[in-house]
Amino acid sequence: MKILVCGKRVPMTGGRIVLTEDEQAIETRHLGFTISPHEECGVEEAVRLVEQHGGESVVLTLGPPEAEEQLRDQMALGVDRAIHLVTGGEEWDPQATAAAIVDAIRADEAASGPFDLVVFGNESADSGGYQVGIRVAHALGRPAVTGLKGVAVEDGRVRCEQEVAGGRDVYVVPLPAVVTVKEGLNLPRYPSVPGRMRAKQKPVAATTPDRPQARLRLVRLAVPAGQGKQAEVLGRGPEAAPAVVEVLRGIGVVA
Amino acid sequence: MSTVPRDARAVVIGCGIVGNSLAYHLAREGWRDLVLIDKGPLPNPGGSTGHASNFIFLVDHSKEMTQLTLESTRQYEELGVFTECGGIEVARTEERLEELRRRMASAKAWGVEPVSLVTPAEIKELVPYIDESILLGGFHTPGVGVVDSLRAGTLMREWAVESGALQVSANTEVTGIDVEGGRVRRVHTSRGTVEAETVVIACGVWSPVLARMAGAFVPLTPAVHQMIDVGPVPRFEQSSKAIEYPIVRDMDVFMYERQDGTSLEIGSYAHRTILHDPEEIPSIEEAASSPTELPFTQADFDPQMQDALDLMPEIVGDESVGVKYAINGLISLTPDGMPLLGETPEVKGLWSAAAVWVKEGPGVGKSLAEWMVHGESHIDLHSSDISRFHAHQQTRAHVRARTTEAFPKTYGIIHPAEQWASDRNLRLSPMHARHEALGAVFYEAAGWERPQWFESNAPLVEQYGVEAREAEWDARWWSPIVNAEHLAMRDNAGLFDLSAFAIFDVQGAGALDALQRSVLAQVDVAVGRVIYTPVLSPGGGFRSDLTIMRLAEDRFRVVTGGAHGMADRKLFSDNLPADGSASLVDVTTAWTTIGLWGPRARDILGSVTSDDVSHDGFPFAACRTLELGSQLVLASRISYVGDLGWELYVPIEQGARLWDVLWEAGQPHGLTACGIGVYGTTGRLEKCYRAYGAELESEYTVVEAGMARPTVKEQDFVGKDAHLRHRDEEPAALLCTLTIDDHTSASGVKRYPLGREPITLPDGSPLTDAKGRRSYATSAGAAPSVGKHVLMAYLPPEQAVVGERLAVEYMCERYPVTVEVVGATPLFDPENARIRAADPVPA
Repeated sequence: MKILVCGKRVPMTGGRIVLTEDEQAIETRHLGFTISPHEECGVEEAVRLVEQHGGESVVLTLGPPEAEEQLRDQMALGVDRAIHLVTGGEEWDPQATAAAIVDAIRADEAASGPFDLVVFGNESADSGGYQVGIRVAHALGRPAVTGLKGVAVEDGRVRCEQEVAGGRDVYVVPLPAVVTVKEGLNLPRYPSVPGRMRAKQKPVAATTPDRPQARLRLVRLAVPAGQGKQAEVLGRGPEAAPAVVEVLRGIGVVA
Repeated sequence: MSTVPRDARAVVIGCGIVGNSLAYHLAREGWRDLVLIDKGPLPNPGGSTGHASNFIFLVDHSKEMTQLTLESTRQYEELGVFTECGGIEVARTEERLEELRRRMASAKAWGVEPVSLVTPAEIKELVPYIDESILLGGFHTPGVGVVDSLRAGTLMREWAVESGALQVSANTEVTGIDVEGGRVRRVHTSRGTVEAETVVIACGVWSPVLARMAGAFVPLTPAVHQMIDVGPVPRFEQSSKAIEYPIVRDMDVFMYERQDGTSLEIGSYAHRTILHDPEEIPSIEEAASSPTELPFTQADFDPQMQDALDLMPEIVGDESVGVKYAINGLISLTPDGMPLLGETPEVKGLWSAAAVWVKEGPGVGKSLAEWMVHGESHIDLHSSDISRFHAHQQTRAHVRARTTEAFPKTYGIIHPAEQWASDRNLRLSPMHARHEALGAVFYEAAGWERPQWFESNAPLVEQYGVEAREAEWDARWWSPIVNAEHLAMRDNAGLFDLSAFAIFDVQGAGALDALQRSVLAQVDVAVGRVIYTPVLSPGGGFRSDLTIMRLAEDRFRVVTGGAHGMADRKLFSDNLPADGSASLVDVTTAWTTIGLWGPRARDILGSVTSDDVSHDGFPFAACRTLELGSQLVLASRISYVGDLGWELYVPIEQGARLWDVLWEAGQPHGLTACGIGVYGTTGRLEKCYRAYGAELESEYTVVEAGMARPTVKEQDFVGKDAHLRHRDEEPAALLCTLTIDDHTSASGVKRYPLGREPITLPDGSPLTDAKGRRSYATSAGAAPSVGKHVLMAYLPPEQAVVGERLAVEYMCERYPVTVEVVGATPLFDPENARIRAADPVPA
């Protein structure tokens, strides 16, 4: 199998989000960077599928030169190589992003054969457009299934499980296909040290796509009220135990 | 929202290990109405304590650090939060193995036992997942352990609260610190204002910001220390406790590895120096994890992974073991690597308890509490005293320069005489150009560039037949020229640049009383007399030693060493009368000092002045202004090198002229430019002169140092009661001068100890006095005129006997030594005939 996973470099938030003075971006001075949890599950799935079926996994990002860090992070987990569509750091809208990815997929497929599966996160962690995966599938004329919590490949088809109220919808589509996945699909692994070291040597094919005229304009960002760390003191000392048990029951850790 | 109390005996800011511990020990010392505040939540407010690796290695080459660490370990054990696991510092190189032998000596000198050097095979037995084939050996300390510093802090804080002495206010941000009349008055917080005349900044990496609110300096910088956590490690899955295997410090690659439950924690000091601005640390709300756990920068850690993999391939090379956690943790670094403790010199009542790591936290808490309550701590903290810094050393640029230089040496092999390379050439004496022309090799003291020796004197080495040192370590930061300059001075005369002296004038109607209160010796001497005196701590130990010239009835000039000058300035300033009848003026940079000593000194000085410099006209311990041509020179007939001569003081802009005049006049007399190698080591040691910070520390008494005078002055002075008591007691140790009988090592190389090595019985058994103090070489160096290598050491009375045969342990070998002198009698010229010479001394 040949699988492509796409991910986007985003700030690793955890505390209160601070905006730059011009309200055009998130202040990232104190922040690290990552890809979204959805995309992390996509990477894990790709690595597992290649472990099961053999083949090659490729990770792709469209982002600034610094995004190579995220590509290496994914390769440390077992992805074989990377495609970096290098931008000047400006935000690309979903249409432009999809177009650049489609071009890159076509170029790669021309050189080394078609991707059986192209995997996206259900939506990016920052702009949350929910569009790129579908746009890419449409442009390539391949079936797309979104919001997946289960993916299995057998006999040239991919079995897709979509979480819906009260259960799961299951779709089986032929390969090649495009899927967008959600956190919870699997439990992503941690990188091993040898994996990290191998990742430093793995190839990153970098190209600089032309950015088409932007059709969306960012007016300004706003931080929603109530956002940030919210801690509730459940109690002090042993007296807090019953409340903690309640919470654990609530999240299903304790029956 | 709750508010802080309106008044407090003391406010401690910061609930890390230091603040909690300090509040606890202040309560133990009997202080009440204490307030402890932190801007973060409890029990982990988000400072460096919260992410510390929490392990404690016991042995440091610094006695002060080792004592603080041992005291901390004792407290952690008492609190039940210490897990002993042992620790091994491993060597990949021969150079490191030698350094570990030096560690053995420090362990014995400071009384850390047991310790041992272990072979690669023995390391493998202790740490089965290590690849011992890349190691040459290790230094094993079974008493190494890990602590729960957050728990320790919580226990101490809660004890103080339960005792009724302490109120705690978490989630409380300090917004301002008021200072009135030079004294701290109150602290403004997000939960109200608290009046207090004592405020302690125990805020770790934030301390500089808090200090600046009060106009004070806490010169530290936050710096990154990278740590990763890998797991789960199959071998650790059966562990019954958090740590079962010894912690490994992989010294040559600046890393450590320790078990932490089912994980292996890998820490590094090998990456580039990454400094942060204390003002720029993210707030608790903004921080993704905690404010002091910054995002990991993988690229900085990349080169270290191979080193970790090489040492522990079984774990680090295991594909199933993942990197679960990785941070750039913030730690505090200071310009000289030591903590920042004590009352700030800028603001009375404002104390610093900063740049303290977990391994010394509770020891610092206790020591600082003692200092605050009793005026001194049982551990001598002079190397950590925040008042030690000169103005330039408090600047951000200096702090950044020195910490940038020091960080890569965190696990480095630091020679005791090693010099800083960064931020040099800041304080240049007026003779600097002359010194450069003479090929001076400059060492730094208090920012001053001081000639240590002069390369132009190289021909003297052959002339005097001075032997080179064979071992590179012994010869590093040393030159045989030092000994040659020394011998030339003893033969003829030497000229010294002493610009680094710190000089204060204490003047006014109350000056005499203020000085009497400050020092041991009688200050009420005739105008024109100069005295040498120790300065005592309240407990009768040494706080300093210095000279005082009486220039007028109401004017005194205090001259002290540059390194300790700022602490002395604070000490004397603190003793000034409240009524303003005396003042202290720092004239350090108004005056420069040139030393002229040797048997021909009088001839030389006499040739350039028409004033009377004869023995009768200018006796020993006199000071007087002389006319040297158009220069008025304050001359003081004393000597720290034990020879006839003078300290000569002129306005700093005239220093070069004075040097030229003396230099020219000295040529017919064989005058030699001499460096501080002679002044501070060889000249001093063969005269058995004590140095503050070496022989003289607060844990030793005047009697033990052999410096008690026949009588004690009538006037009251700091430490008098204790000193009188010491005079009636049998001393537990006596300061002795020893010489090495045989320098030859097992491999046939002659070795020369550099100081701080253990003095033992001939069989290697350590010597411990009745107060539990080990005997060690307080100083070591050549005594060229005696032809010996000299050590000074406090010995128990049984060994403090002239002729007693003992040993010094150096690099794990013992060298025989003999006690030459008990007490202060000089080894060279015991009658002091030279200093007091009435007539020319025969060369």
